[in-house]
Amino acid sequence: MKNIVTKLKSFPRDTRRDLGNYLIVVAAFLLMQAALGGGLISNSMEGLLVPICAYVVMAISLTLTVGILGELSLGHGGFMSVGAFVGVFFSMATQNSIPSDGMRLFLAFVAGTVAAGVVGLLIGIPVLRLRGDYLAIVTLAFGEIIKNVLNVLYVGVDANGIHVAISDEKALHLAEDGRVIIAGALGISGGRKLATFVIGFVLVLVALFIVQNLVRSRAGRAIMSIRDNRIAAEAMGINVTKYKLMAFSISAALAGAAGVLYGHNYSALQAGKFNYNMSIQVLLFVVLGGMTSLRGAMIAAVVLTVLPEMLRGLEDYRMLIYAIVLIAVMIFNQSPQLIQWRARMAEKLPKFGRKKEKEAK
Amino acid sequence: MDFIKYLITGISLGSVYAIIALGYTMVYGIAKMLNFAHGDVIMVGGYMTFIFMNSLGMPAILAVLGAMVVCTVLGIVIERVAYKPLREASSLAVLITAIGVSYLLQNLALIIWGSTPKSFPSVVSIDPIVLPGGITISGETIVTVVVSALIMIGLTLFINKSKLGHAMQAVAEDKGAAQLMGINVNATISITFAIGSALAAVAGALLCSSYPLLQPTTGAMPGIRAFVAAVFGGIGSIPGAMLGGVLLGIIESLTKAYISTELSDAVVFAMLIVVLLVKPTGLLGKKISEKV
Repeated sequence: MKNIVTKLKSFPRDTRRDLGNYLIVVAAFLLMQAALGGGLISNSMEGLLVPICAYVVMAISLTLTVGILGELSLGHGGFMSVGAFVGVFFSMATQNSIPSDGMRLFLAFVAGTVAAGVVGLLIGIPVLRLRGDYLAIVTLAFGEIIKNVLNVLYVGVDANGIHVAISDEKALHLAEDGRVIIAGALGISGGRKLATFVIGFVLVLVALFIVQNLVRSRAGRAIMSIRDNRIAAEAMGINVTKYKLMAFSISAALAGAAGVLYGHNYSALQAGKFNYNMSIQVLLFVVLGGMTSLRGAMIAAVVLTVLPEMLRGLEDYRMLIYAIVLIAVMIFNQSPQLIQWRARMAEKLPKFGRKKEKEAK
Repeated sequence: MDFIKYLITGISLGSVYAIIALGYTMVYGIAKMLNFAHGDVIMVGGYMTFIFMNSLGMPAILAVLGAMVVCTVLGIVIERVAYKPLREASSLAVLITAIGVSYLLQNLALIIWGSTPKSFPSVVSIDPIVLPGGITISGETIVTVVVSALIMIGLTLFINKSKLGHAMQAVAEDKGAAQLMGINVNATISITFAIGSALAAVAGALLCSSYPLLQPTTGAMPGIRAFVAAVFGGIGSIPGAMLGGVLLGIIESLTKAYISTELSDAVVFAMLIVVLLVKPTGLLGKKISEKV
């Protein structure tokens, strides 16, 4: 035991922090499992467990784009919907050919993640050449385009394969045995709820593993250097477009995976669910978490999903409170004057933490 | 004949976009920020006009003027409270705050006025003109086009001839140098927001007169489309905003008529992406080189 502790202490701080994140996720999972076993969780809260996992993965994904890459994406809801639709479509279309639920869900995850990643890559190629505000507005535009297209998309399967049409069901020309799976604005209905809390938990761990390892790698340092100073990074020979695309498409793929999880938790799925509000809500997780902190974003995602459930009476004011919190946190954390003021206040306070730092030096 | 009808609808819609785009372009030119909440100021302008006309029984002109006053104050308050503390912060921080403000306005409106759409009485009482060939041009169309043309001429004169306009140009060019020349930068930025918000109120009243459904999300999509128009015409340029707005309105109207209603937004956004890739400065914008 003592051995492990000394070994842990010998790790660099970042590594310890990363390991801490896994520990927190595992501990939270075990705690919830124990509470579930003891019957301490209400029904409505139990129904939230899978969406919470999906939101946590979304928070991890957007932290990669906003915090690590330093670009604002307002279209993450769009990537999520691509993942959800492709994933759920896959598992419904192969219902008869792949009998094992687990295998089908796994392949659905692969399909949804890859689809969202590819969409992210395709969108990223033109979009990432833009900077700042333009990029944000274009990602928003793409989110809306994805939603619009999904709203008019009809897809069905029969013995001859997959039929796609935009406009209406009749245009699909399905054979007798065919069935419509995606029905335009009505979306997908009659899906089976394959997602469980355990699967959600595993997905969170995988997403965390991917992003944390990316951040601490050579590629991750390149990405962060682009965020901190693009021109200097370029001068150091870093291929800006390549690394931006890399971070963006990984982030999109993770959002797609979150979508697959989310989609398999409901029997009906409409593109309208993944609207602008969804993208803003995820952005709020990231901002509240401190922009660059994965741990913060995960905690914010959990708290902001659970809190409204507990404060049912405030349902009408939830979005309003979100908006005020978003503005207040932004000003408090980012205003140069306030940052200075906070530094002055911190000096006046009794110095607990800082003594240690001095000794360490 | 149908084509001309759609063209006229497009020009009318485009003129409203142009007025909204002017607000974006001015604020972007001076504060170098994308005022995401601009679209929602339009919505507030619409509601204010509605209240002044319906509940207080004011004549249309006075109602619009009243809405302009309310929106001007709102614009200044938003700038002072939310954007000013972040003036030296990163553009990402300002953008996220602006999104927060937009969200705040929408949800405040939702709580105050509810989500049920209100049917907006037209502010225009001019009779439609019937052209030979059976084409009617509605009073709303005439007023919208005339008002937006007047606004553009007025703004161009204001910016090029008045002292305040020169101050705005100076602040847009270089904030620090403008301050050294004795220009009150904070006041100039506030005035820009005030003008933009007053224009948004006019746009709100005109938009709701042509499309008489008023709800908390009324301003969001037109706001984003108008931003596309501003970028299309070249952000920072007043004639550009006008040109971009009208072109966008025509494209949207023709898309709805000949391609698909559901996909009209997709076409508009796809156009934005193409413009940004081919000519990032827009049709009439000037290129700004990046300083290290």
